[in-house]
Amino acid sequence: MSDGGNDMIAPDRRALLKSAVGLATTTIAPGVTLYAFGVTQAGAKPADQPVTSAKRWGLLIDINKCPPGCDKCVTACSEENGWKSSGHPETDAQWIRKVTLRDPRTGAKREAPAMCQHCASPPCVDVCPTGASFKRADGIVLVDKHICIGCRYCMMACPYKARSFVHEEHDDQKVEAPRGKGTVESCTFCVSRVDAGRIPACVEACAAKAGAAMTFGDLNDPASDVSKALAAGASAQIRADLGLDPGVRYRNL
Amino acid sequence: MAAVSLRRVLLAALVVVGAAFGLLKAEAGERTPVPQPVKPAAAEKCVADTQFMRRNHMKMLLHQRDETVHEGIRTKQFSLANCVSCHAVKGADGKPVAYSDPKHFCRTCHSYAAVRVDCFECHASRPEEKAKAANASDSSHDPALSALSAHVAEMKK
Ligand code: HEC
Ligand code: HEC
Ligand code: HEC
Repeated sequence: MSDGGNDMIAPDRRALLKSAVGLATTTIAPGVTLYAFGVTQAGAKPADQPVTSAKRWGLLIDINKCPPGCDKCVTACSEENGWKSSGHPETDAQWIRKVTLRDPRTGAKREAPAMCQHCASPPCVDVCPTGASFKRADGIVLVDKHICIGCRYCMMACPYKARSFVHEEHDDQKVEAPRGKGTVESCTFCVSRVDAGRIPACVEACAAKAGAAMTFGDLNDPASDVSKALAAGASAQIRADLGLDPGVRYRNL
Repeated sequence: MAAVSLRRVLLAALVVVGAAFGLLKAEAGERTPVPQPVKPAAAEKCVADTQFMRRNHMKMLLHQRDETVHEGIRTKQFSLANCVSCHAVKGADGKPVAYSDPKHFCRTCHSYAAVRVDCFECHASRPEEKAKAANASDSSHDPALSALSAHVAEMKK
């Protein structure tokens, strides 16, 4: 590839240089099976220990590395968590989706994956009448479906439209991802994988099959991949004006 | 009163239906039919004393549920996924049956005692395909099963 006047290349290269970690992952990725790399994050906790606020899980998504039309993260999530389109887009599961951002002035378009932003001050938790919507000590925002009564206040409170309601009965759930009619659900950062020291399915798939646009890790640990990547350049929170401090950050938005 | 007698009728009906399905085997010489949950071929012991499990499995499950969901504690001993995997019962097609099948382990007693749990509206009621071989197999030579049994033995120490 040449440097020629294509102004799409410059930001790409800059972003790559900034996140040396992402570069390492991308170069190893092609042709390597999922299990051979990147399935661990440093410091998996012992199974009998509770999670603590020493960690805060977060995600950085570099939009420049997110090719238009690519949905590897979405399909990986659907496979991992066992949800699929019911044929009714208006009630479909919203664990993760690709959104198109358009600058109305220039007409420039970008695509980005959107999911639960795992806010530090989540409005979905504030409004929940039963305590089902909660934030785990390590920052992962979840629905305790055992307590959820399906009232859907949290869906209305979420500024990111990241939650959805299960409208149909299911009998083909994944062992790791129980879900059933009458309760609300959303991205869990693949919590059972994270507890086992692995990274979310979308992040793994993006690194292996797409642009390695996603970096997952502990925001509290300055030495983690995600903290280093964040320290290396500017990033943005969606609707930062709301002051919710999302755990999901975007670069080159 | 009405509720009580209705319950009786229901129970009686269940016993009849259960017997018709051959679920309740009366041992020779015993007058009262009792449910006969299938003993997993692959393991000798449950995750705790059998008598304790009969009485307290629901408490242990609910406790585990809260610890796992809220605190991320993922010990195996009282994990629901673990019960379902070891207690998988094979159907006619050789595959583990789902909760919709009366032969499912978690239904044997519940049907008899008129207990209804909603767990399997969300939770998978049988092990995932990839794990199937390990759990539905009759042989005790399966490495995955040996590992599981070893783990259980360790938990009991
Ligand atoms: C490693 C395999 C294994 C796992 C995992 C396991 N069990 Fe068991 N369970 C057994 C075996 C074997 C028996 C029969 C023990 C006996 O006959 O003394 C049994 C017996 C039982 C019984 C009594 C059945 C009867 O005949 O009255 C109950 C109830 C039970 N298990 C519930 C559970 C629950 C609930 C879980 C999950 C928390 C679980 N088991 C996990 C192997 C397992
Ligand atoms: C509305 C859906 C729903 C129903 C109904 C439900 N669960 Fe769950 N359960 C979940 C979800 C979601 C998780 C979290 C899974 C995870 O984080 O790995 C979970 C986790 C658990 C866990 C910890 C994971 C494991 O496999 O050990 C236990 C134990 C559990 N549930 C027990 C129960 C029991 C017992 C019932 C029935 C009385 C039940 N659940 C009914 C959705 C449900
Ligand atoms: C040995 C017979 C037996 C077996 C096998 C059995 N159960 Fe039970 N279970 C019972 C009885 C009896 C009750 C009701 C106890 C009561 O109400 O005091 C019960 C109650 C429960 C409850 C509480 C229900 C409620 O509404 O309070 C849960 C949850 C439960 N069982 C889960 C399971 C699961 C999951 C399995 C399969 C792994 C299972 N049970 C297998 C006998 C059994």
